[in-house]
Amino acid sequence: MLAPWSKAVRSLQTFRTGKTMMGRRLAPPKHQAIKTIRRRLTLIVAILTIVFGAGRAQHGIAASSQDVQAKLSYCKDCHGPSAQGYRGYFPIPRLAGQQPSYLENQLQAFIEHRRTNNVMFNVAHSLSPSMVAALAANFHSLNPPPIGGAPQRLVATGRKIFQDGMPDVNIAACAACHGPDATGSEQIPRLAGQLYPYVIKELTNWGKERGQNPARPDISAVMSPVAHSLNKEQIEAVAAYVSTLR
Amino acid sequence: MKDNGLKLAVVAIFWWAFLPPVAHADNLAVRNCNWCHGGSAEGYTPAPRLAGQRPQYLEQQLAYFHARTRDNPFSRQYMWGAAASLTPQSARQLALYYSSLQPKAANDGVPDLAPLGERIYQEGMPDANIVACVVCHGPNAEGVGQIPRLGGLASSYLKRRLEQWTEGYHAAAGPPMPDIASKLSPDQIEALASYLSFVK
Repeated sequence: MLAPWSKAVRSLQTFRTGKTMMGRRLAPPKHQAIKTIRRRLTLIVAILTIVFGAGRAQHGIAASSQDVQAKLSYCKDCHGPSAQGYRGYFPIPRLAGQQPSYLENQLQAFIEHRRTNNVMFNVAHSLSPSMVAALAANFHSLNPPPIGGAPQRLVATGRKIFQDGMPDVNIAACAACHGPDATGSEQIPRLAGQLYPYVIKELTNWGKERGQNPARPDISAVMSPVAHSLNKEQIEAVAAYVSTLR
Repeated sequence: MKDNGLKLAVVAIFWWAFLPPVAHADNLAVRNCNWCHGGSAEGYTPAPRLAGQRPQYLEQQLAYFHARTRDNPFSRQYMWGAAASLTPQSARQLALYYSSLQPKAANDGVPDLAPLGERIYQEGMPDANIVACVVCHGPNAEGVGQIPRLGGLASSYLKRRLEQWTEGYHAAAGPPMPDIASKLSPDQIEALASYLSFVK
């Protein structure tokens, strides 16, 4: 499990520094930079999807539909009646339309202390695998409009960063992994319609909140250098853009 | 120099003259509120404390009273009349005034029940599908925006409010409180109300 993982990290390292581990500099012509970034990221994503996607098939007694309905209503008490997200004291993320594999992985991440969040740690502990599968499928099927509220003046800048990246400062196009419509795939989350303050909070705290269990490295490592490289204005711009996508 | 000073004075006088009147304890409307809510708005059972409450929440509730959609018995009896002639502007000024007052905790709950209340508030009870209040109301029950501060309110008020969500009152407020409150047992409501009355 670890071998392909370190390979992925190495290619990411290569992408960031332009050097291989042996120190040879890779210097693609400028106009090819974006293409190269896209190709490398696609490779990383493919590897990670295989690594973390394997052996995930869950077996167990199916949760009764009554229990599923009760649990759904519990989730929606915080995440909103259509799982569109909610601005509480803390921003509560949109789950509607989210990738089932991402939801399953995050719930597992709370349990394994890969992702720190006391409330969600307790929540995740109370869910059986078949319940998680049922909830994830339900949330994936929902498609309410985004709740909005982001400053419109930031959207154009955010779109540019999201679609094209900033090759000069080693920031990949978000679209390369999250998809041009920000719908995500497998363990890479959908960002379309996500809450503006939530995306800001996640990108700002990435290294303090995700990938927190050294014994269990996970896909969040792919995102850490990007989150780290983005400054406050860029984070706000990207957050504003994705929050408007349907 | 002298000219500039004069101009500045004129501007200052005009600025002051056109400022909206800020609510104050001498204000007639404030005196009217304090009649029930207490001299420093610390609450006077059954009227809740207003001091330190979130301004957007107060403004929203006054709008609900005005529209007669916050409809529990005491609201009907007192607040519908009190809010009937309030303009949106005066409601906002009152809200800002009361939110600026320093709140004191009521401390009138049952201390033995507080630990259970704290657990429900901070962690929820996932097995019973009871969410953690902290996520929306904040770590010190301070509230945010239209989400009210709960810390330090009188336990009797908190208890009745939680009960009323399941009795069909305040339906206009929408989700999620009616659903959340419907999952709480009477003992859990007592515990939450006790805990919150001690929160500063």
